[in-house]
Order: sequence, then C-alpha cells, then structure tokens
Amino acid sequence: MTPLLDIRGYRLAFDGFEGRAHVLDGIDLRVEAGETVGIVGETGCGKSVLARSIARLVEMPPGRVLGGSIRFGGEDVFAMDGRALARLRGHGVAMIFQDPMTYLNPVFSVGSQMVDVIRAHDRAEGKPRRTRAAAREAAAALLGAVRLPEPERLLDRYPHELSGGMRQRVLIAMALAGNPRLLVADEPTTALDVTIQAQVLRLIGELVAERGLTLLLISHDLGVIGALCRRIVVMYAGTVVEDAEAATLFARPRHPYTRGLLAAVPDLARPDRRARPIPGHIPNLLDPPSGCRFHPRCPLAVTRCAAEKPGLREVDGRRVACHRAEDAAA
Amino acid sequence: MLAFVLKRLALTGLMLFGLVCITFVVSNVAPSDPAALAAGPDATRDMVETIRREYGLDRPLHEQFLRYVAGLLQGDLGRSIVTTRPVSVDLARYFPATLELVLLSMTLGVLLGVPLGMASAVLKNRAPDHLTRFVAVSLVALPAFWFGILLQLLFSVHLEWLPTSGRLDVATPPPPPITGMILFDSAVAGQWATFRDAVSHAVLPALVLSFPCLASILRVNRAEMIEVLSSDYVTAARAHGVPPLRVVCVHALRNAMLPTLAIIGLRWGWMLGSTVLVETVFDWPGIGLYAVSAAIAGDFKPVMGVTLLIGLNFMIANLVVDILYGVLDPRLRTSS
Repeated sequence: MTPLLDIRGYRLAFDGFEGRAHVLDGIDLRVEAGETVGIVGETGCGKSVLARSIARLVEMPPGRVLGGSIRFGGEDVFAMDGRALARLRGHGVAMIFQDPMTYLNPVFSVGSQMVDVIRAHDRAEGKPRRTRAAAREAAAALLGAVRLPEPERLLDRYPHELSGGMRQRVLIAMALAGNPRLLVADEPTTALDVTIQAQVLRLIGELVAERGLTLLLISHDLGVIGALCRRIVVMYAGTVVEDAEAATLFARPRHPYTRGLLAAVPDLARPDRRARPIPGHIPNLLDPPSGCRFHPRCPLAVTRCAAEKPGLREVDGRRVACHRAEDAAA
Repeated sequence: MLAFVLKRLALTGLMLFGLVCITFVVSNVAPSDPAALAAGPDATRDMVETIRREYGLDRPLHEQFLRYVAGLLQGDLGRSIVTTRPVSVDLARYFPATLELVLLSMTLGVLLGVPLGMASAVLKNRAPDHLTRFVAVSLVALPAFWFGILLQLLFSVHLEWLPTSGRLDVATPPPPPITGMILFDSAVAGQWATFRDAVSHAVLPALVLSFPCLASILRVNRAEMIEVLSSDYVTAARAHGVPPLRVVCVHALRNAMLPTLAIIGLRWGWMLGSTVLVETVFDWPGIGLYAVSAAIAGDFKPVMGVTLLIGLNFMIANLVVDILYGVLDPRLRTSS
C-alpha cells in the first residue's frame, strides 16, 4: 500500500546574498493514513520548511529543490499542474500555522475569508460552487465544530476583534473546510497563552479522533508532541536523526541528539535533576559540518562521523541516523 | 464611521483656514504694489492713491484680512486686474478644463499603474518587472515640458495623427456647457464628432501629465504587493487552496491598496498644481495657464484664488482617501 505521504531524499536549499543555505539535507519520511506523527527539533532545523514543502508553499526562488521527491497519495507534488495543486491544498493537505495573529487577512471579515476558502474547495473538487449563503452556513457549521460559540455572529467579525485563541480556532476551522486527508500543524500553540495552548491542543486531538485525520504536528516542544502523537521524528539541522514510536523514543533514545533533547527538558517530578542544555551551537547552514551534521556537538563523535554522513537504519525497533547508535543506548 | 468622517471634516476646515492665512500673508509680503499695477504705468500718484483706497489697500493689515475672509465666505475671491473679471468667474471658466485633464490623467495613472504594479510584483526580478521599473523611472525623470514637446513633434508634426494644442478644433462646435468639461458635455449632448475631436486634443496632454503619477503609483503598488504577497495571511490563503489569481487580486490587493491610495491622494493635489507646465506646452486653457499669466503680471488675487482652489482640492482628495481607508480597513473604523 502506498503511504499517504512519502518523502524520499528531499534536499532543499535557499539562495541568498551570502550564498546557498542547505536547509534540508536528504529528508526521508513516510506517513501512513491515520498516523499521528510529530516532528521535533530546534528552531531553524528546517521543520517548518519541510511542512510547507508538502503543500508546495515554499517560494522558488529563493528556494531550490536539489534532489529527492515528495509524493502525496502517490502523486509527485512537484510535478502537479494547477488543478492538481488546487486539490492538494486544503483538500489533500491542510495547514495550521504558528501565529494566529498574522495568518488571518486583516481587512476581510472571518465569514468572507471562510466563504472564499469553501468555494475554492468546491471548484477544486469539480463540484458545483455553493452560493455565498450556502457557503456561509457551512462556515458557521465549521466554527461550531471547533467549539466557537455563536458562530453566526462570529462570521461578521474581523480578525482584530478576536483573541489569539479564537483566531487559531478560526484557522483550524478553515483548515477543516476541505475535509483534508492530512492535517499539518506547524507550532499551532507556540504563540498562544499557556491556558489557551492546552485548550487548542485538546481541540486538535479531538478533531483528529472524530474525523480520523492523519496528523503531522510540528513543534520544538516535546511535551506538545508527546500529548498528541504516537510517532516522533527528530530533526537536526535539516536531517532526520531519529524516527520512533513515542513510547520507544522517550524510554530509550538512540541518537545522541535525541538524548540531549530529552535531557534538556526540566523534569518537575525530579527537581533535583537539573535540565542540561546541549553544548555548542546550531550549525551554519551556509557551510554545514561535513559527515554527520551533529558531530561537532556530539559527545560520542569519532573520526568517521566527520567523514561520512550516516543514513537512517533500523536499530532497536526504530530508525536512527547515527554511526554509533548501538553504543548510544541510555 | 460617521464620527470618523465628521472628525476628518472638522480637521479639513482647520487646514483650510490655515491655507487662507498663508496665502494672505504671502501675497502681502510680496514686493509689488497691486495698486500701482492696477493703475497702469502712466498713472499719476493721485490716481494710484485713489485706487489704493478703493481696494482698501490703505487699511491696516488685520482689517484687510477680515475683509478678505468675509469676502471668501461670500464666494468673493477679489477681482483680477488683468482680466478685470471677478476671480471666481475666471476660475469657473478655467477650472473645468484643468479638472478634465487631471481626471483623465489620474484615470490613466490608476488604470495602468495599479495592474502594472501588481504584475511587476508577481513577476518580481524577472524580465517584465525590470522593464516596467526601468520605464517607470524614466517616466518620472522626463521633464513634462520637454517630453510634451517631443510627443507633439512626433504625433502632431511628424505623423500628423493628433492636433498640437488647445481643447477643440476651431471648426468644431463646442457642446452646450453643463460642467465645462468638453468630453463630458459633448457625450451628454450626444455630439460624438465633438467628443472625438476633444479626445484627440486631450490624449497627449493627459498622457504627459499622467506619466509621473502612473510611475509613482506603479512603484508604490509594486513595493506594497511584494510585501503583502510574502505575508503570512497570503501564505495561509494559498495553503487553504484559494486560487492564485484570487489570492493576488482580492486577498493581497485590498491590503496593498491602502498605501497606494495615499499616493493617489497626494498625486491628485500635485497634478492640479503641476498642470501649469503641461497647460503651457499644449496651450490648454486651464487654471495653470491662468495663474501663470496672472503671476507674471503681478496680479495677486487670481494667484491667491488658484492657490486656494488647489489647496481645497488637495484637502478634499485627502478626505476622500481617509474615508476610503476606513472603508477598506476595518481596523481604522473601530479605532477612531
């Protein structure tokens, strides 16, 4: 069976004044329908760019695909024509973004933005376009589905009149408008107040369960990912370093970076154990380290790590990209 | 929304009063004696003094100012020494010609500038973008009097496609005056031969006047579109499957139009003030030509009248822009 999402050897660079930044370096990722997958990594590790690549939202140029492929439902995303792309966006892959303050258009009412999206989906799917009134009803139903009170009245409000949590719910409702097969949530709670974060996370969890959505959740926060995802993909500097079931990963991290990441999370149950940051800096992607991109910061690095880029391989029931995975057992 | 408009209106009134003060002061500090001018070169001292009393120019300055303002409130802008008619009558006669020219040029500027700016932004850093930007810079840089004459030489003298100057051919019967704008009046009257003649006369001056305006609208719209197109909500609209053309022409354009509108408002006032050169080159009988001939003769009342009229237009344009801002951007409606 073909996986819903199949990314192979995907390499992406950005051309800028300072040269070419190698942002994604051979990403391998497969997601089956119905899975809930989290991608975790530091800021700048390329997780957002990877998410956007799935719906072909990366501007080219300055972006440039250097190799590999992204297939969605068996179809090559980069080979899609306008019609296929219109079907992909919103209907195949829907996205929720980080900052709800800036992802709604400030000069259009909530209703008119939603109606626009709903009618665009009708067109992309080749169905007769609903009237504005019918689309408005559908929009109100969607707002109800994301547990927003008084959806009818909300349709006439403008984004600046809503709170951050409400806006994020509106954006989630818009993402659901096309009955997407894959929901990509890129740091959906990072910009929200802590109390609102929990509500939005619960909402996403409920929607995924109700609608049987496949979820790709991107966050720098392991706690957020652990709450919603069965499988976790760890990224470092544009590469996938470890890909495992959440339980396996938390219990027995194999990649030295994953171990560092877990050690950097403060543990409220054990206040005596201090959170330990990973020493060193994120590499400069204009001139990335040779071999394994983590080797300058890795406590286990040997000469081979600087010379040869490790590929993902099966070790101890997960996939990990490390020459010394066998020695890295906790 | 009503409070918003009323507030802007009150502000406009204040600005207008400021303008009245400035024009009055400037005309009084200018080193020329209107009484002597009015009396003519052969007048005796007594005659000049008589005229000075007649015009009230011997009265103290504040009294003159109050009389000036009182006159303005009754629509009296004074009398031109050169044409001997009231300035208000002269303006009513010359302003429609200028307004017609400016309206045409502005329409050209907006209808070409906005879509070209959008296209340029979408095709950023590709050949069509470089071309439009190059042409835009050239259009701003070319002085109107030089470029106007060049066009006259090409289209009127060389190719003989268009007339050189004026608003109508001598042989063409003018339409019955309604607004004083010949294009409008002849269209209303159904005099299509006159309309065609008026169009052929208006094409070159309107083009020359529109170029700098077109270029600045294009540049501002391009810059704004580029910024808006890279904004998060445009990315979100794309991600939600809104068709690309609709993203650019609806979602992005409405945001980009806000600064573009400001430029259009400014350019409107600027155009009225800068028709002088174009009107001179094309012998277009508008207020620019009127003001220049009055200024050369040292005839101050027409100059003050034209200044006030242009200033008033500037303010009305800005008021309209402010209101349109409120219409386009809901955030301004609630915060005011």
